[in-house]
Amino acid sequence: MDFQETHRLLSEYLHELANLFHRVPGSAIFLRYVKSSYQDDPIRSAVELFLFLFAVRYLLAPKYSTKPGVVPLTEDEIDDLVDEWVPEPLVGKPTTLEEMEVDKRTVIVGPVGPKSKLANGRTVTNLSSLNFYNFNTNEALKEKAIQTLRNYGVGPCGPRGFYGSQDVHMKTEADISSFLGTAACIMYSQAFSTISSVIPAFSKRGDIIVADKGVSFAVRKGIQISRSIVRWYEHNNMEDLERVLAKVTKEQARKPLTRRFIITEGLFESYGDMVDLPKIIELRLKYKFRLILDETWSFGVLGRTGRGITEHQNVDAAEVDMIVGSLAGPLVGGGGFCAGSEEIVHHQRISAASYTFSAALPALLSTTASETINLLQHNPDTVSQLRDTAKTMRAQLDPRSDWVYCTSAVENPVLILVLKPDVVASKKLSYTDQQFLLQDVVDECLANGVLITRLKTLEDNFEPKQVVPAGLKVCVTLGLTKKEVEKAGTTIRHAITKVLSKRK
Amino acid sequence: MPRRFSNNSSSNDTSNPPSFSPSSGKGGIANKASSAQPQPIQAAPQSTGGNPPNNASPPISSASLSLPTISLSTATADYPHTDEMPTTLFQPPTPEEARRQAKQHAQFGTIGHPSHRYSSRHPGGVFPEPVMDEPPYYYLLTTYISYLILIAFGHVRDFFGKRFREENYRHLKSRNGYGALNSDFDNFYVRRLKLRINDCFERPVTGVPGRTITLIDRATNDHNQHFYLTGTTTDTLNLSSYNYLGFAQSEGPCADIAEDSVRKYGIATPSTRAETGTQDLHVEVEDLIARFVGKEASMVFSMGFGTNANVFPALVGKSDLLISDELNHASIRFGARLSGASIAMFKHNDMKDLELKLREAISQGQPRTHRPWKKILVVVEGLYSMEGSMCNLPGLVALKHRYKFNLFVDEAHSIGAIGPQGRGVCDYFSIDTAEVDVLMGTLTKSFGANGGYIAADKYMIEKLRAINSGIFYGESPAPAVLMQISSALRIINGELVPGQGEERLQRLAFNSRYLRLGLKRLGFIVYGHDDSPIIPLLLFNPAKMPAFSHEMLRRKISVVVVGYPATPLVSSRARFCVSAAHTKEDLDRVLTACDEIGNVLQLKFSTGIAGGALPPTEEMTPPPEMEKEWHRKRSVQLTPPRWRIEDVIRRGVQDVKSPLY
Repeated sequence: MDFQETHRLLSEYLHELANLFHRVPGSAIFLRYVKSSYQDDPIRSAVELFLFLFAVRYLLAPKYSTKPGVVPLTEDEIDDLVDEWVPEPLVGKPTTLEEMEVDKRTVIVGPVGPKSKLANGRTVTNLSSLNFYNFNTNEALKEKAIQTLRNYGVGPCGPRGFYGSQDVHMKTEADISSFLGTAACIMYSQAFSTISSVIPAFSKRGDIIVADKGVSFAVRKGIQISRSIVRWYEHNNMEDLERVLAKVTKEQARKPLTRRFIITEGLFESYGDMVDLPKIIELRLKYKFRLILDETWSFGVLGRTGRGITEHQNVDAAEVDMIVGSLAGPLVGGGGFCAGSEEIVHHQRISAASYTFSAALPALLSTTASETINLLQHNPDTVSQLRDTAKTMRAQLDPRSDWVYCTSAVENPVLILVLKPDVVASKKLSYTDQQFLLQDVVDECLANGVLITRLKTLEDNFEPKQVVPAGLKVCVTLGLTKKEVEKAGTTIRHAITKVLSKRK
Repeated sequence: MPRRFSNNSSSNDTSNPPSFSPSSGKGGIANKASSAQPQPIQAAPQSTGGNPPNNASPPISSASLSLPTISLSTATADYPHTDEMPTTLFQPPTPEEARRQAKQHAQFGTIGHPSHRYSSRHPGGVFPEPVMDEPPYYYLLTTYISYLILIAFGHVRDFFGKRFREENYRHLKSRNGYGALNSDFDNFYVRRLKLRINDCFERPVTGVPGRTITLIDRATNDHNQHFYLTGTTTDTLNLSSYNYLGFAQSEGPCADIAEDSVRKYGIATPSTRAETGTQDLHVEVEDLIARFVGKEASMVFSMGFGTNANVFPALVGKSDLLISDELNHASIRFGARLSGASIAMFKHNDMKDLELKLREAISQGQPRTHRPWKKILVVVEGLYSMEGSMCNLPGLVALKHRYKFNLFVDEAHSIGAIGPQGRGVCDYFSIDTAEVDVLMGTLTKSFGANGGYIAADKYMIEKLRAINSGIFYGESPAPAVLMQISSALRIINGELVPGQGEERLQRLAFNSRYLRLGLKRLGFIVYGHDDSPIIPLLLFNPAKMPAFSHEMLRRKISVVVVGYPATPLVSSRARFCVSAAHTKEDLDRVLTACDEIGNVLQLKFSTGIAGGALPPTEEMTPPPEMEKEWHRKRSVQLTPPRWRIEDVIRRGVQDVKSPLY
């Protein structure tokens, strides 16, 4: 009786359930499907049931981390670990070299000119600023700058994309591109940040960069952030470049065609020497690479009117895909630029980080750059005078010193002096020793009324590491007479001799 | 049912107190509104007729240019030998004077009424979670559909374009053995979506980006590929520049001092900071900045982007962890990537997520080796430029005490713009600056100059001077830029032209809150913190971006519209940047324009959860016995705010000083 009762209840319950199931829309289709598939293929139904159960199990299974090697810890254990953890200080203790770097900082009081006043009250001959043409204190330029200031204020208060594109920026861009003879030009608001944004705007992961081993810090940062495949060639060695290019072309022959770039500098920041542009152009055309040329140190300096390395070596600027330069140094404006075809410039306006995400250049620095470009264009004598002054200075230093030699090109107004290898070897000087020694030279020069500086470089975290030799940097300026330049050159030479001969 | 006042009489009509719809919840508004009416009315004549006590002179209207001189001395003409000085009551300005004043006012408006000031600071207590309002699903759906249509059209046009207009696709294809210059896929967005609204970006301007900005008109013949200048200009009200404190001026003490510096120091400092690019000006400005932000020392750089891009490699490196807010600026990402440190991200302003990330990082250590991290640097921004949200500094400091990480705050937008003394987020939250290890900021925005700074303890700055690439290779800031910074800072802290700095700070705080409250009441969805001068107004549908921008331009107001990829795909927005140079009348103009455009473009879809629904004034706090009921009512009856523009303007000034939520 009891069993019957249970059975009845159960069947009633099942009946109710079946009724409920039938009322679900689509249940008929499901039933028909199961029935027919079971009749035709019972194994298939079994597999489907298994899959269904597996899916249920999978969905109900506890979550686990997909990160490899995560150790499961309880909250208390984590709390203990948090209590135990002692972080290092955010910045470490400075090394002796770094301490010296800060201690020896020169502070100029008043304007930067060929004669500058220092914080200690002395007026010295300034051979350390990039004020080659002495445009910085030019009265006409100052008037122009003030006029701009009185029309535009100082800052443009916004990035170029959002109402920061002032007409003066557009004019300077047009001036640069017509000066260089390229189709278009784009301006950035800091020279140092220009190329490190230009490179990653074009060269992406999987693209190939062939670069000179001696390129500047900014170029290295650009290459680093682009995450492209990098192949280095020996500094300014065209045979090695050809070897690397041939190798890359061979390696990549079967792979899909990617963008390929050669990156080099016009005048090298770290060595001062000059690139052989016609040869590079020849190789780039032969192996079908695009060329990014950093003219930070050559624009406004080389060539008949200061157009840079393209003018100096008689190369059409259109042969170079991207010319990157600075408006900040000798042109006493500010910011940097990239000149090239319209497509290249247009692409940067959308995708170059330091253009799109940075405020525009102050108007007065932009107009000053326009004006100085105009001045150079109309007075080619100025540029040739600078070359003569550089030669005068060089004659005082390079051939007449037993201790140092000049790695810069003859035309370069920045003379980089490094210790001769035999001096370094005979005195067993480490890199740090050389830096301290050269700082002594700088101090000695300063004591004799000439301001020069060490070549300041920084080691970065990008492999392979670049070793820039320790050096002195002498920047000539047109603000000094030939006699003054010769005198300053003699002072520097004597200071070098004095400091180095003292060192055992 | 939208909240609406039934009365539409003009606000000047005091004799006829407005009658309101007889809903019990709105009684409070009616009483308060009518009692406070005289205030804005008094403001109106003062701004046009009276001579405010501060340095400003009366605004120039075209009528005042032809006014005769009124002088008491003319009445005494019969007595030529009188010793009395002629008493001139009113002398109309000379044309030059009038032009000069007009120019001044175009750059910086005179305050309309002394009540248009406010001082913003954190009221204390827990930092409220930002309220994110959501539009009805209809708008989200249409947004997705719009993008689908745009993408479909783009592909169709590409299909035909690649066959019949091959020359337009040259840079996307490999040619003569050179790889394609740009990737076809990456370029699709630019080519097919952005191109359509290109005329809303990179609008050329001229002159000072102050209270107004002069746009150079341009037109296109080839569907926004190229633009040509038409030769005319348009003066527009400027709600687009980051000119928070209104220091973008070509007149006044800052410009005078900057001019002097050009005369005295020349145009530039042609060297890097590490070589000989340090002048007395640099040292002076660095000291000023350090004192202003409340740190021992600081460094200045010539570019804000570069400041961030170069500082992270000097702070962190291999085996360090950098935890960054997901909405941090591109410059922080750029620098972080260069640093070589491991990078983790946490949800925007979400302290719980940050705590989870910290616990995991500290307990698990470095990946694979499980060695403990050498140090952990948490990087946040003070004020987020696209969201208008403020970092939860109290929350961060609490976590910092527990988890011992280092804190880096990028005050690019918040320095000068936030806090009772304009000293950024620490000032706003009254938190000791020692709690933040590194304070970074830009000088481009609030100070109307250019560049960036890093402020920290002296020993840290000394070390950074020797290892920061920005110091070694970046050009040194120019004298005029430095003097603009220093004069702006000295005005803010009261050394120069006492009172003016305070006025600028308070006007900015007032303007920010006034515009935000107004937009909320009109029924727009706005994001961000109540005291933030960045006010993003959500548009959602992509086609509303150009429409909003064009309609605003027709009303001579320049605004920034932003969409994907700067924002999430759905939440395209227009962004207003309020300035101390704006007057209440300017903001009323913006509100009126938004009201009109909002009706046409269907932009008023807020639900009221973000505020604006009920005026939360002191009078509105209910009697204790009714408090429970009041709260229940308030949370249940959340009527979407749809105020009429007249009421918004009339009630704005008084309500803006109470909490907006």
